[in-house]
Formats: sequence, C-alpha cells, structure tokens
Amino acid sequence: MSETKKTYWKGLEQLTNNPEFVKNSEGEFPEFLPISGDEENGPNRRDFLKVMGFGVAAASLAACEAPVRKAIPYLNKPVDVDPSVPNYYASTFISGSDYCSVVVKTREGRPIKVEGNTMSPVSGGGTSAQVEASVLSLYDEQRLQTPMINGSASTWDEVDSAVTKQLGSLGGRLVVVSNSVFSPSTQKALDLFLTKYNAEHVQYDQVSFHGMLAANEKSFGTRAIPFYDFSKAKTIVSFDADFLGGWLNHTLFNKQFAETRRLSDKKKDMSRLYSFESNLSLTGANADYRTPIRPSQEGLFVANLYNLIAAKAGAPAISAAKVDSPRLTMAAEDLWKSKASSLVVSGSNDEAVQAIVNGINNLLGAYGETIDWSATYNTRKGDDAKMAKLVNDVSKGSVTGVIFYNCNPVYDHAMGAQLGEALGSLKFSLSTSDRLDETSASVGIIAPDHHYLESWNDAEPVKGHLSLSQPTISNLFNTRQAQSSFLTWADEEADYFEFVKSNWAEWYFANQSEQADLQMFWDQCLHDGVYTVPSEEVAESPVFAGDLNAAASSVSGTYSADGSGTELILYANASVSNGIQANNPWLQEMSDPITKACWDNYLTVSPSYASEIGLNPGDMTTQKVNVSVGGKTVSVPALIQPGQARGTVGLALGYGRTKAGKVANGVGANAYPMADYSKGYQNLKLVGVTVENTGESYRVAQTQTSQTVMQRGNVIQETVLSKYQDNPYEGREMPQIYTSEGFKKPGAITLWSGHEYPNHHWGMAIDLNSCTGCGACTIACQAENNIPVVGKQEVLNRREMTWLRIDRYYSSNTDLVENAVGALAKNAAMEVAADNPEVTFQPMMCQQCNNAPCETVCPVAATTHSSEGLNQMTYNRCIGTRYCANNCPYKVRRFNWFKYHDNSEFADNTSMNNDLGKMVLNPDVTVRARGVMEKCTFCVQRVQAGKLQAKREGRRPVDGEITSACSKACPSEAIVFGDLKNKESRVAQLLKLQSNDEGEVEVGEPRAYHVLEEIRVDPNVWYFTKIRNKEKTEA
Amino acid sequence: MSINRLKFNHHLFCQFLLTLSLISFISFGSLAQEDAAAPEATDAGLDPALVSAGESLFNGNCTVCHAINEKVIGPALRDAHERQSEEWIKAFIKNSSKVIASGDEYAVALYNEYNQTQMTAFAFSDDELNSIIAYIKSESAKPIEAAVATTTSADGEAVSASSGVAGEYITAILIGFVVVLILILIVLFLIISVLTKYLKENKELDEEERDLVGQEFSIGQLAKSNAFLGFVTFFFLAIVLKSAIDGLFTVGVQQGYQPKQPIAFSHQLHAGQYEIECVYCHTGVNKAKSANIPSVNICMNCHSAIQNVGGQTGMSPEIQKIYDAAESGVPIEWVRVHNLPDLAYFNHSQHVKVGGIECQTCHGPIEEMAVVYQYSDLTMGWCINCHRETEVNAKGNEYYTKLVELHDQTSKNPLKVQDIGGLECSKCHY
Repeated sequence: MSETKKTYWKGLEQLTNNPEFVKNSEGEFPEFLPISGDEENGPNRRDFLKVMGFGVAAASLAACEAPVRKAIPYLNKPVDVDPSVPNYYASTFISGSDYCSVVVKTREGRPIKVEGNTMSPVSGGGTSAQVEASVLSLYDEQRLQTPMINGSASTWDEVDSAVTKQLGSLGGRLVVVSNSVFSPSTQKALDLFLTKYNAEHVQYDQVSFHGMLAANEKSFGTRAIPFYDFSKAKTIVSFDADFLGGWLNHTLFNKQFAETRRLSDKKKDMSRLYSFESNLSLTGANADYRTPIRPSQEGLFVANLYNLIAAKAGAPAISAAKVDSPRLTMAAEDLWKSKASSLVVSGSNDEAVQAIVNGINNLLGAYGETIDWSATYNTRKGDDAKMAKLVNDVSKGSVTGVIFYNCNPVYDHAMGAQLGEALGSLKFSLSTSDRLDETSASVGIIAPDHHYLESWNDAEPVKGHLSLSQPTISNLFNTRQAQSSFLTWADEEADYFEFVKSNWAEWYFANQSEQADLQMFWDQCLHDGVYTVPSEEVAESPVFAGDLNAAASSVSGTYSADGSGTELILYANASVSNGIQANNPWLQEMSDPITKACWDNYLTVSPSYASEIGLNPGDMTTQKVNVSVGGKTVSVPALIQPGQARGTVGLALGYGRTKAGKVANGVGANAYPMADYSKGYQNLKLVGVTVENTGESYRVAQTQTSQTVMQRGNVIQETVLSKYQDNPYEGREMPQIYTSEGFKKPGAITLWSGHEYPNHHWGMAIDLNSCTGCGACTIACQAENNIPVVGKQEVLNRREMTWLRIDRYYSSNTDLVENAVGALAKNAAMEVAADNPEVTFQPMMCQQCNNAPCETVCPVAATTHSSEGLNQMTYNRCIGTRYCANNCPYKVRRFNWFKYHDNSEFADNTSMNNDLGKMVLNPDVTVRARGVMEKCTFCVQRVQAGKLQAKREGRRPVDGEITSACSKACPSEAIVFGDLKNKESRVAQLLKLQSNDEGEVEVGEPRAYHVLEEIRVDPNVWYFTKIRNKEKTEA
Repeated sequence: MSINRLKFNHHLFCQFLLTLSLISFISFGSLAQEDAAAPEATDAGLDPALVSAGESLFNGNCTVCHAINEKVIGPALRDAHERQSEEWIKAFIKNSSKVIASGDEYAVALYNEYNQTQMTAFAFSDDELNSIIAYIKSESAKPIEAAVATTTSADGEAVSASSGVAGEYITAILIGFVVVLILILIVLFLIISVLTKYLKENKELDEEERDLVGQEFSIGQLAKSNAFLGFVTFFFLAIVLKSAIDGLFTVGVQQGYQPKQPIAFSHQLHAGQYEIECVYCHTGVNKAKSANIPSVNICMNCHSAIQNVGGQTGMSPEIQKIYDAAESGVPIEWVRVHNLPDLAYFNHSQHVKVGGIECQTCHGPIEEMAVVYQYSDLTMGWCINCHRETEVNAKGNEYYTKLVELHDQTSKNPLKVQDIGGLECSKCHY
C-alpha cells in the first residue's frame, strides 16, 4: 500500500467539485433528452403509439414480400481475390512529411483497415491515429474527381498539353514546393522535371525541424537528423520534444520508450524521463519528472544543463544566466550517471538551442550509442529560410511559376495568406492536391494525385531503410499519380511502376547478393514492404564541431531566466495533428489524449491564468477569448489545462480549415498564421501575447467529465520504482471482504458458480507502464468495428460511441488539499495540485467479466456469456432497456440513441452516410441500428476468423495470430491479447498463470490487478501497476 | 391470416405424415441403396480393385470433359481401347499435344473434330493409367441402357415408393381409428338406450329421477348452452391465435423460394447428369464465408467448347447469354435464392471444409433441381437444431483433439456442436 494518499481526478471540475459536474456525474447520461418535439404541440405518447401500431402492421405486411436481391459474380475472377476472403498488402503511409510502414487489409478489392508492418525497423510495427484513420480519407467524398483547369473540370490530355505549353513559354523562375520528399524515386522523377524546366525545389514541414537540421549541419557537417534509439537510454531529458506524441517518428519512439519502461521479475530497472515543457504533452504526461517552464526560459535551461554536465566532464562552461531548478540539477546527475545511455532531445526550432543539445549529447557520449549518425532521417528536410524567401519572391513577382506538390502552404504555412494573395498574379500555378483546398483553390491547374492507397511509390525514411507502396485499389476517381505527371511533363516514360522498379533494379538489386533474380528480389521486397540495404562497415560517428560559445551568446540574447507576460505555444495534437487529414471525422471526434476534448481547438490555460482572465468554466462550458500576437488575432474558447506552465497558453495547429471539406470546414481556428518568422525560422513559441476574455459562452465537447471513478481507490494502482524493486506487490490495493470467518479475498467468496472454458479463454493484459496514451488503439477500434461518429453536439450530450476510451487521470497529493484549513488555503492547495499533476492513462473497454453484472439484468438475454470467456452482445436481440449499462461498473456500454447510418442528421459520420464512405465498413461486423446497446467484443470477428483458419488447417491457433485491433495497433505493445488456456501465450506468460492447490488457475504476476476487484465481477482484462521512476520521498 | 391458417393446417398434416413415415422411409432407403450397389461386381475378366481405382481417378479427373457413352467436351470413351492401342491412349493422356505434334493421323483428326480444343496433360503413373483403362473396359462391357438406368433412377424410385407406402399406412391407420370410434359410439348408444328403457320401466323412481330419465336429447338446447358456447369460442380463439402466431413466424421465411434466373441454368444437368463437383464452380466453399456464384470465366472453361446439349446444333440461346456477358463485359445478375439476414454470420468453409457437411444437407437435392429453390427454411431454429444434433467432425483435426478428450472424460455421448459453444450468440451474431 502506498504511504502517501493520492487523489485521482479526471478534470478540474472533479477536483474542485463543481456543483454542475457533481449533479451530472451522478447519472451516466445527463437528465435532458434533447430529442426534438416540444411537449405542448408536438407529437405525444399517444401519437407515438398510433404510429408504432401502424408501423408494426406495415412492417409485417411489407416483410411478407421479400425484396429480390441480386448476386452478381465477377466477370473474370482475379486469381487472388475470393469474395469474403481478406487480402493483405504491405504498403507505405506517406502523408505530408509523415511516414509509416503498413499492412493494408482489403476485402473484395477495397482497403478496409490499415495495420502496422512488424517487419519495419523504422515504424516498428505500430501505427498512429493518423495512420489508422487514413483508410477513411481514401473514401472522402471531397476528393477531386477529375483534373481541373481554371476552376472547371478537364481531362488529362488537356492538362498535359496546357502544362507543357505554358511551361515551354514560361520564361522565368519555376519553383516546385512540397513537404519533405523522402522517396528516392519521387525525387528522381522530380529531378528529371526540374532539370527539364530548369526549376527549383523548395521543401517545408508543417512543424519545422529547421533549427535542428541547421545545428546538425554546423555541429557534424551533415544537414540531417540522426537515428535516435530511446530503447538504449536509461535517462532521457526532453525539452519540449513530444517524441511520444507527434515528434519526428513517434510510432517507433513509443515502441523504444516502452521497452525501457517494461518491468518484470527478470528486468527490474527502467528508464527515467525528465520533461521540461510548457504545454502538457504526451511526453510530459509520461515523464517521471515534469517541470513546467516558459518557452522564453527554454534556451537557458538547456544551457544550464550543459554547464552542469560540463562541470562533471571537466569541459569549459558556456556563459548563460543561471536558472535555479532543482529538477535540472537532478537531471544532470542522472544523465552523468548513465553517461552514454543518456539521451537529450529538444523540440526547439532554434538552431542555437539545438547546438547546445548536441553539445550535451556529445559530452555524455551519446553519439554512437543512443544516437546513430549512420542512419539518418530523411523525413524532415524543410528549409524555413528558403520557404520564407520563396513566399516573398512570389509576392514580389520574381517567380513566374509555382507547382505545389501535395502540399497546402496557404493553409499550413505562417505566410500562407501572403502566398495565397500572390498566387493569382502568377503566370503559371499548379497543384497536385487531392482536393480543392486553400492552396489549390487559387491555382490555375489542378492535377490531383492518387491517395497513397492507390499509388506505387517507394520511400527511404531513414538512410538505408527502404519501403515500398503498392496500390490496394485501382484509383477511385480520374486522378493520376503525381510522379507520373512529372514524368509526362518531363517527356519521360510515364509508367511510374516501371520507373520505381527499374530504379530499384539499378540502386538496390545490383548492390545485393541474396537474390539472384530481379523478379524474386522485387517480389520479396513488395511482400515484405520494406528492404534494408546491406550495410557496409560501420561508419565512424562524425566528430562534434559545434561552436557552443556562439550558440550560448545567441541563447543569452533570446532567452531570459524569468519571463513575464503571456507566451503562446502552438502545437500539433495527437488527433488532427498537422491538419492534412482534418476532413477525417474519426480524427475530429478522437478526443485529445490530454484535454479529452474533440471537434475544436482551444486555448489551454493554467488554472491560475483562467482566474486572471476571468474565465468562468462550467461543465463543458467556457468562454471564447481573443488571442492576439504580432497583429494577428484568433477567437477560440479557453480550456483550463492542469499542468500548463504559468504565464503560458497553448493552441493546437491543424484546425480552422476553410476548404478541406464538409467535416473540417469551420472546426476551430487556424493557428498556423500566428507562427513567427522574424528570426528566420519557424517559431511556434510566441511572446507578447494578449488574451482577452470576450465573455461569449461556448461549449467544448469533452469526453472527460463523464465516467468518473467516484473516489474508488483501486482503479489506478501505482508506485515508484525503488519500492517496486523491494516489493513487487507495492502499490497494489488488495481489498478484503469481511466474512464470518474473518477477512477474505473477494475471489474466495462468490455467489457465482463460474464458467467452464474447455477450449479457449480470451484475456488481455494492459501494462499501464507502457501505455503512453497515444490513442492509436481507439481509431483502430473505430475502423475495425464500424463505430459511428456522432458529432460535436452528441458528444456534448455524452453519447459518443467509442468502445475503447483512454481514461486520463490526474493525480496529486491528497494531504495537501485535505490538510489545508479554510477555503482560501484549500483553493491555494488545489491550485498547487493542478499546477503540475501526475498523469496516468488507462485504456478502458469492456472488461469481459466472468461474473458479468450486465448479463444478469438483461430481460431478453441479449448479453450472455460464451464458453470462451467473452461477454457476448447480440444486437438483434437487444430491445434497448439499457439495464446493462446501468449495471456496468466500468461504464463501457454505449447506446445507439439514434440511427447514425443513412441519416442526413449525422452527415459527419461519413463512413455510414454516403456510398463512397460505406466502402470502409468492415463487412464482418454489423452496423448497429437505433435503440440497441453495443460494446467492445474483444474483436470477436477476428477471434472467429483466426479460429476458423486454424480449424481449416487442422491445428491449434498459434499465439499472436489472433489479436484484437487495439492490441495490433498499439505502438508500445502495452495491450497484449491472447488465449489464457494456452500456457505458451504471451498473455499467459505475462500474467504468470499457475494452478493453485484446488486446481484453479491463479494469476502469479504481482503487478496484475483488476479494476474494482472488490466487487468480484472477475474481469478478463488485467492492468499492470503503473510504476514511476521517482525517488521514494517524492512518491 | 386465413390463408396462413390453411397453410398451417396443411403443413401440420404433412409434418404428421412425414414423421410417421420416417422409419419406413429410412428402411426402404437403405434397401434401395443395397439394390443399387448390387450390380457392381460384373466383369469377371478385370481386377475389381483396379477397376474401382480407375473409377475414382476417372470421376476425379476426366468427367469434366468425358463420359463413357456420350460426347461432352471430348469424345465418348466407350470402346476407346478398341479404337486405339493402350500405349497410344497412355501417351495421349500424358501429353496430347506431343502426340498431335508428332503428326499422328488419328490424333490430328480427333483434335480437329473437337474444335481444336487441347486436352490438358495429366501426369499419371502407368499403374494409374492402367486402372483408368481397366475402368473404361469394364464400363464398355456394360450394356448402354442398363448403365444409364441404374445411375439415374434407382434412388429416385426408391424414395417415391417408400413415401407411397408410408402414406397408405397412415390412411389405413386413420380409417381404422375412425371405424373403431364409430363402433364405440354405436355400442355406447345402445347401452344408453337399453339402460333408459330399463329405468323407465322401473316404478321405484321418484319425481326428479323420472324427469332426468325422461329427458329428450336436443341438439338445439346443446348449441345454446353456455358450456358449449364457451367451449366453441375457446377452441376458435385458440386456433386463430395459434395460426396467427405461426403465420407471424413465417414472415420472411422464404422456404421454397424459386425465382426465375436470368439464365435457365440447370443443376440437374450439371451436378446431376454430368456429376460436376460442386466445388468446381463454387470455388469458395472450402476457404471462404461465401461459396461464390461462379464467374463467367469459370462457365467459359467448359462452354468455350460446349455450345449446345442433347445433340442439337448451333448455339443454345441460354449459353449464348454467357457469351454475351463475356463479350459485353456486363456481369450476369443472378437472383439470390438464399438470403440470410445481415445480422447472421454464416461461413461456408466452417461447415463444408471443417464440418464435412454435404451441400445437400442444407441445399437439398440440388442435383435434381432444374431451377434452384430454397430447400431449408434457414431460420435460426433450423440452425440451432442442427447444431444440437450434429456431431463435431473432429477426426484428424488437431484443433479438436483435446476437446474430444476432455469431453469423453465427462460424457458418454459424442461431442456435438452444441458442446463446443455452437449455440452461443457470438458464434453467428457480431
């Protein structure tokens, strides 16, 4: 048992016991039923019954005559496509500058699910929310269906002749603008085009890495980003680098980080993560020690850390004003202790800061250990200076033609407005955008590119690590692969597939010896999706040659130890991220892992700042504020965010699209224009911000305030590492029930006779220590199980339909608040608690209870228990009494209040409301009707399919071949699914299942616990205690 | 609902008949099978084992294109061994194109006669080839009419005969019942009249008793009595209610549904007469949820050579439709006969490949259907019933090995589908 008492809270409403919150939290659903029709004049109950009576009669009459249904077979059945049998193709997700190696599941030739490719050393087998959601973006109705010239539909022949004619007589500068291009074949195609027309190529990234690239160029002579290996790090210090949330290659970083956090009786050591940041990010939320700092202090914190390390290493100090932070001193101690097994990263775009970070890593000897220069990232190449110059050149008229290759700078570049205005005066402008977006709306020619799921392509995200994209569906619309367009315009052979293949033959096949035949080599690469170039001798790590004193003086000029005024930090969140896929309703409705808000961006403010600006927050209600900086103002709602550094406010990028499509248009405000370029690089951290409360009431949809744990102590069980090392049971709450024979474990007394599981017994183990809360699983679940999107209003009504939610709990020391005397002191104490709380993420889905309370109350036996330990939900039997939801202690059952499919009221639910969107639906899962309950099924369709596969082959299923969608998506492997009856399965091994004297199977893992164990519902989902690597005294 | 009531009554009667005739049906059926099996051992000159091995090889590989007595895609094989030497036949089966290329006159003539359709090469061993030839010899020795008659009619006649006999039994039993009942009635009436007569003559009766004995039986009075009216009303309501409920249960049940298809495709011809394996066209049954309606290219595998049936010449108008589809690129829109509701998940491979269930178990005598109709009612009750009664096809499937062991420890009954969760909701609904 932990010695200090912690209190867990989901949001400030709960911490302060806001009366409105308390009222609402008592019921699962709020009191009001906002179904249209007023009491007086509208239809009443009698009318309803009349209509119902007629309806039943009509329905049964109608049903007598069965509709004629057609069965239309293929004309020529493709050899490898069998109706109802899924095919899987390895491919590559490329969106903007982001990369992920994926496996695409197709049914009858249409992609329905994207999963991670476990063979990829670059993305590590996991996915992110954006990757999971990308399959719905393929079926976006707003995509352009034909090429366009001057705003009207055209043909490819016309486009080609127009382009070659106009380019032939251009006579000025032609520039191709794109996000980072890391596909070697695309680059070659582009180069052919650039040479032909003597054009330039400018690359930019939505969130720039310009500072790091520039610093690395000076420090090591290479303008690149080295390969980080967090799994080798024992001490990690992050200065606002959200490597678990959206930084660089977060899918792999999640996996690497989780490896250092996993504990067992064989590995009782874990990494320690320090985070110095302003917004509460996923990385900060997972940090053992998080220190809120102002962005204006960041450079000095980094410089001070350098000096602390330099003092230990005997290196000369650099001149920097001293910041007094005990955490920084601690971090330096730990870094020095773990030396080469250390890693310092910074998300700053300031070259000077990155140079000092390089200096620190150099002193620690991290290069060659946790940082590898032999494999460098190609996914961030953007050059801020070039891009800014280009915008100015376009404005000045010194550029005559611009081609936007799959990018949208008018929206996602700070100088976009300026660029947008100048586009009209260009002699030639072209975009390959897939939709009529902010940029392409004002260009002359649009030559829409295929979606990545329709394309051939290759990628080299990391030097030496290749990856292939193959089409999983033929193009839905009259689009053309952009690379083919470039090749056509360059008068080259336009077949991009042959182009990629011949490139690979030349570049990679020729330089390997394993495969003798080109076709074999190609087929193998295509099958695997990835190919690693056989490495020659390990290259020496380049020597650090940065000028730290210059960097220090730059830092001293930019940063100050005690900032004043308000500072704004722009960030990309884990759902909509950079806004490329903003028109994807799955991402819009995915609640932000930290704020738990969706369908909006908002200004995150600290509790103290909220009272400063006179914010009056209620239950999901707040006020709009005007945020002004550098002459630009946006009006957004303010949201109180515990952990937000004092004096700072945060605003998410990716919102405020005006021309993305019906779903995204008008959602939130665009924060990109606020970024500052005055120092020559993209600066997302702005000083001199004014925030003015307009008093205009506004509701922000949050999934946070529903589903509280009502002070029950054992939902989250946690401890610190040193205590765990002494006693693995540390942190466990083990409730005892008093009986006439004394105290007993809840499991020892039961009214239930239990179930027999002769065949399989499906179970899940979730390691709270590995779960970083990224939310990839929630979108995977949505895609796999046809979960509807309900829209902002229904989320406000607490009717979101997600089967899997990630509960985010803040925790703080109770004693602090409880011991404070008087209301004022209590308030002050609460403020301290909210200033920098600890955060825990807990994925919560149906716990598949063995003694399920829902099963006993269903009057029609629509929810029953299976002989494989599943709590089955039968939609066609359910009559919607909702007794089960009332009786569920975990509040994981969701009710279909409306018909979400084929209903224009829910047009945002694009996967069920138009013919194109419906192609994404999983044909093996029912689309639920109005009035029925639904919940997590443990992906029973995947279980059944896996079992059948084994049966057909006359064998038992192998562990790992049957897994739930969430577990498959999890980049950090925090969710493990499997058969508890199979002693060799990973889940059984993790839980250390063993038989006791009475022949019952018991869980031997000390960290494994059931949520709400005392009510003895005996779930099949176990959680592993959260262990923080904190000092004993600070637990 | 009155129509339904009629239907229901008829249905019940049929069911009654069927149940009672089941036992006789089975016994007659098995007798008939034995009869059919009897004339197998015919030819004395050939090794029966060799012939039967040849028969299975022939049925498995050759019947798609050949029959003994008639032209299919390739020539009829009756007396093939007399037309050419065995060596020639072997060489031709192994690699017909080689024989044709060698300039063999007979082979070239054959090739041209059959629209220059190449026979697929078969990599048979010599023993296998010998057995096939032995089978052809044995079949050639049989008289033509007998061979056809035994294969097509034996089963059918047996079935109709057995159900006829059962029907006669039922009628006889029923008539017997009625006669006995009438006799009982007569006897009772006689007893009553004798007793009444005796009592009337008895002087010791008092007033009340005399009234009772002297009572005249009146139908009008009976019809007006409350008890009778109540009785009739009760029965009437009960029957109406029962037929209403039964009627509602048949809503959406399409048993017997036999829609007109765009092409008059006959399973009777393909599956029955030519005995083409179901899997040849329905390629999904062993690996997929859907059995697959064959695509046009599968039809064209055979119909590129076969353009007519029954010795007619020219292109059959029905087969022309396949050609039209192939040429125009517009797929054929078949009318779906078996429509399971979307909420039910059914997988063919689970039942056919894993369960070893015959197609006919659910689809009925498909090989006798000129136009396919829905044989089973496909209701949940029907599914569940089968899952209750069917034994798991666990033999040789390692997936089930431990389950069977475990089951045998606690039960003497064989492992049924219901014992491994075959009645659970999530097996079909998710």
